[in-house]
Amino acid sequence: MGIPTSANAADTVVAVSDLTRVYGHRRAADGVSFAVGRGEIYGIIGPNGSGKTTSIECVQGLRVPTSGTIRVLGLDPATQRGALRHRIGSQLQESALPDRLRVWEALDLFATLSPKSRDWRGLARDWGLWESRSTAFADLSGGQRQRLFVALALVNEPEVVFLDEMTTGLDPSARHAAWELVGEVRDRGATVVLVTHFMDEAEALCDRIAVFRDGRVLAIDTPAGLVRRFAGESTVQFTHEGDVPWLSACEGVSAVHRSGTHFAVRGEGPLLAHVAAALVAHGIAPLDLSVERPTLEQAYLRISEMEDRTP
Amino acid sequence: MKPLRTLAWVEMKLFLREPLALVFAFAFPFFMLFVLLGVFGNEREVTDPEEAAIWRNVGPADYYVSTYVGLVMSAAGVITLPLRLAGYREAGVLRRYRAAGVPLGVVLGSQVAVAMGMAMVAAAGIVVVSTALYDSVLPENWPLVLAGVAIGLATFACIGIFLGAVLPTARAVQGAGLAIFFVMMMVSGSGPPDGALTSQMRSFAATLPLTHVNHLVQDAWLGHGWSLGHALVALAFAALTALLALRWFRWE
Repeated sequence: MGIPTSANAADTVVAVSDLTRVYGHRRAADGVSFAVGRGEIYGIIGPNGSGKTTSIECVQGLRVPTSGTIRVLGLDPATQRGALRHRIGSQLQESALPDRLRVWEALDLFATLSPKSRDWRGLARDWGLWESRSTAFADLSGGQRQRLFVALALVNEPEVVFLDEMTTGLDPSARHAAWELVGEVRDRGATVVLVTHFMDEAEALCDRIAVFRDGRVLAIDTPAGLVRRFAGESTVQFTHEGDVPWLSACEGVSAVHRSGTHFAVRGEGPLLAHVAAALVAHGIAPLDLSVERPTLEQAYLRISEMEDRTP
Repeated sequence: MKPLRTLAWVEMKLFLREPLALVFAFAFPFFMLFVLLGVFGNEREVTDPEEAAIWRNVGPADYYVSTYVGLVMSAAGVITLPLRLAGYREAGVLRRYRAAGVPLGVVLGSQVAVAMGMAMVAAAGIVVVSTALYDSVLPENWPLVLAGVAIGLATFACIGIFLGAVLPTARAVQGAGLAIFFVMMMVSGSGPPDGALTSQMRSFAATLPLTHVNHLVQDAWLGHGWSLGHALVALAFAALTALLALRWFRWE
């Protein structure tokens, strides 16, 4: 399986090559390679313990790789963290702030720590923290803490921001609001590396996705590319009284199943368009014509299964 | 300097919001002062020469006031400072500071500034109260006293960072730090006077940093000059613990 690992070389902001991190006998990251282009929202997905966080913490200079090469904005995070630290933003999966530190104090502190920072008040409003700005960290809900950590990761106007399980603990509306804000972060010119185990999040946000498993990268592609390559076929469904034998010959169609008046047409590519065109050409316009497209989740499960079968 | 100032200011506010820290930094030394000086007073005219020698020929309040300055510095070093460092590491605060690019020197510097700054406030309070209520003497030699206090602050700052580096959790600090503190309090001159200890106790006390800091500050306070030996031992404690702390410090 060919794994495209390089974004356009000149515009690569994160380049990881053959990264390995060993803990005792366990290889938490085992030959990980990927490259993130400027302005991308780059997703990293995989089950717990698949090496996502280890790899991303090596990239941020928080862990030292056992072997391999990492460049972030052209710098080696293990040895040039000082030069890098004000140019990246980190929302860590596991961390905390002092219990009695208030929200505004945290934002103000982190803004002061960096030479170029944006006004934290705007960030607090964007991320729904303005009302709770005087609340102590210990009294914040899980969702508020999560939003505060994202806001802190953005306060220094980073060129690359690393978000690790950003929406864990957020309710559905807060999650969707967070997605919009991440889109805006990219629109402001930042590159986003997003570690997540929510497939809908990866599908909605990411330009490209690396699928991790057992410390290795199994596949890298766009969400649509992963779906196309791994998730299997789409299914177009409709009801119609009568037979449609010509539909099997339609472009992209692989099988037509009939159950009474209910038809299920399976196939690849722009299946709905081809089927709809054929139906209309034969004077049939079903009211309930619908398509069920394969999801990233299905692609992800398929990739994992393929790996399971590999000895 | 700005990140250090900002973090120290924030940390100081956090310190003042922590009731237990305030009790140890402010209430406890004053409690000790009131109890011991309530018992011994500041009687300077002692006829028994042996007893007078135990108090270095001054009143008990004169004797104790300088050792309480040592006591609050040692509390900051073996309790306050490591408790905050280990607690921050345990909770993941150090990890967050590191990810935000806060240099180690700024994290440690802010904690040292707060712990030692608060100790100095408590020490000033001790001197004022002791002078006002028990008529204890003020330093005979201010520059030497300040030099001794500076060495004491440096020594206990390094010890505090060392304990915060090697003790993994806040609970471990509470155990080990409190044990070290109370042992030092009992034999280093802040409890029973040095002259009242047996020779074995004195030999043991010589292995503790507070003994040397107390001697250094007390000698200068009472006009007995400067003890180079005690200064060197205290600085050796500082250098050794600083080296070990740098070697073993972990962000997480």
